[in-house]
Amino acid sequence: MRKIFFLIIFWSVSFSALAAGNGHPLDKASINLSDKASLQRGAKYYVNFCLGCHALGYLRYNRLGRDLGLTDRQVEENLIFTYDDEGSPTKVGELMTIAMDKLYAEEAFGVVPPDLTLIARSRGADWLYTYLRTFYVDESKIWGVNNAVFPNVGMPHVLWELQGLQKAITEETIDEQGNAHQTIVDFELVRAGSLNPEEYDQVVLDLTNFLAYAAEPARLQRYKTGAWVIAFLLLLSFVTYLLKKEYWRDIR
Amino acid sequence: MNKLTHLITDGYAWFESRFPITKMWRDHMSEYYAPKNLNIWYYFGALAIVVLAMQIVTGIFLTMNYKPDADLAFASVEYIMRDVKWGWVMRYMHSTGASAFFALVYLHMFRALLYGSYKKPRELVWIFGMVIYFCLMAEAFLGYLLPWGQMSYWGAQVIITLFSTIPIFGEDIALWIRGDYVVSDITLNRFFALHVIALPLALLGLVVAHILALHEVGSNNPDGVEIKQHKDANGIPLDGIPFHPYFTVKDLFSVAIFLLVFAVIVFFIPEMFGYFLEHANFIPANPLNTPEHIAPVWYFTPFYAILRAVPSYSWLGDQFGGVMAMGAATLILCFLPWIDRSPVKSIRYRSTAFKLLLAMFVVCFFGLGYLGMQQPTDIKTILARLFSIGYFGFFIGLYFVSKHEKTKPVPERVNYK
Repeated sequence: MRKIFFLIIFWSVSFSALAAGNGHPLDKASINLSDKASLQRGAKYYVNFCLGCHALGYLRYNRLGRDLGLTDRQVEENLIFTYDDEGSPTKVGELMTIAMDKLYAEEAFGVVPPDLTLIARSRGADWLYTYLRTFYVDESKIWGVNNAVFPNVGMPHVLWELQGLQKAITEETIDEQGNAHQTIVDFELVRAGSLNPEEYDQVVLDLTNFLAYAAEPARLQRYKTGAWVIAFLLLLSFVTYLLKKEYWRDIR
Repeated sequence: MNKLTHLITDGYAWFESRFPITKMWRDHMSEYYAPKNLNIWYYFGALAIVVLAMQIVTGIFLTMNYKPDADLAFASVEYIMRDVKWGWVMRYMHSTGASAFFALVYLHMFRALLYGSYKKPRELVWIFGMVIYFCLMAEAFLGYLLPWGQMSYWGAQVIITLFSTIPIFGEDIALWIRGDYVVSDITLNRFFALHVIALPLALLGLVVAHILALHEVGSNNPDGVEIKQHKDANGIPLDGIPFHPYFTVKDLFSVAIFLLVFAVIVFFIPEMFGYFLEHANFIPANPLNTPEHIAPVWYFTPFYAILRAVPSYSWLGDQFGGVMAMGAATLILCFLPWIDRSPVKSIRYRSTAFKLLLAMFVVCFFGLGYLGMQQPTDIKTILARLFSIGYFGFFIGLYFVSKHEKTKPVPERVNYK
């Protein structure tokens, strides 16, 4: 057990050094959960490009529909492409799980693609927004691409048809210890996609926005309820203050 | 209507002749005389009770849907957050409540340092309070495993490993706590049992003891004078006022203000930027994958920093020195009533030396708290060592300073307005 303790300390130090070395700056994702059109587009992109491999195992189709202003019918017709065990289309009250076999996934990608329901809470929206925009050509990798914020990631660039392919422009930097590093400073499009860069950024922003919603659907309700609770407590504070003042008048 | 009034009075009389309800009300509320000069520092005890009640109530509702099973726990928490009506409120109140509890208890304890509330005749009140604090730490640690996220899992792994540094018996103790060779489903089950039954039960009993002991000797006040030394013809302290209604209405106001702050966090910043709910805890526990950075929740970080600050000596069993220092840092507080030898209670009438010592202690405590959240670097380790020396230096300094302290004259009666 003592060994484990030291391993943990050692790992935590070495990992942080690694993380610090690879710290590609994150771009700010200006997400807006009240933008229903953006969330709906994000949901559409997600089921088309991501849901094949990445489940949203804690989110239900009909909850998504309700929160995004879609009827069950619209959800069934536009977002559900999977089938249940009996071979009939997945029901609208089901969780957004996937059919991909874990063993197969491990063989194909080296790792099982993680469930992404909570990814916006563990990684943050800025990370997602930057990650999906910083795939670059790297012929040494199986999928021919690498990623600036997640080096050596096992995921192919699934949105390449939209973004096109870009190569990384690197610069040599010297760290405090005097070691040289290749740092990615910019990207250059080598093959155009079906969207221009601004359109692609919007697609990624919609996806990020949707994942931020999926990570915490209660957030939509939280702000609304919170405002009423706080209004009530302000009133309560005022009333109790007057009550206290009234009682304490006779104390000298 | 008249009949109903009769029924109520008769019923009450029947009850009262069999149970000391009126006597209890008088002893602890309407005829418990508290000093009239209690200031803002005296709010936090009552608020801590409010939070305790809130933790119990929200905990009951969470338990209705939580599943203490390594395969189901993480998903059941998300189920509470999504599918259970108002489940997210219960969960955020509970997680924010844990942090709020510690914030209030630290302020409550600091009040005792300011006004010498641990001094004779209130030593036992302080001791009960310290035991409550220890139970609270255990309760928070046990509860943190339940969401079964990465930080839950690895945090528990690290803390339990601390026990294994104890010479000879260490490994067996760690094994006994876990019930397994690694943190597992078995550990989760027993932590659940302890978190929802054993410790809350102990906490409730201790809180009752804390209050009974306090009401036996009476409340201290910002002037540190004993109000019981000056009584009127009826034996009522001249500077005392009935707890009810004066302090009940005062506390009611403080509860409203507290809830206001609390609601802002629950509804608008429940993660508190990763300090209340850590980002890595939104990834399910994975025994094969250690997170990049394991840090305890903020309320443990001062002691965690002390643990890391102590250099390892192999003759002591590597980390045991740090573990002992961490234990000593919490236990030493229990001895404050005897470490502080000054007869003067309140900081208002104490020496500059005491004020400087206390200021140093506060700086060290916050410094350690900050460093405990950071990755150790050379400079940060040196700082953590300095602050650790300062932390213990406070108690040593206090022991000698308080003996021959040049204090100001303490007034006979309390200052009010």
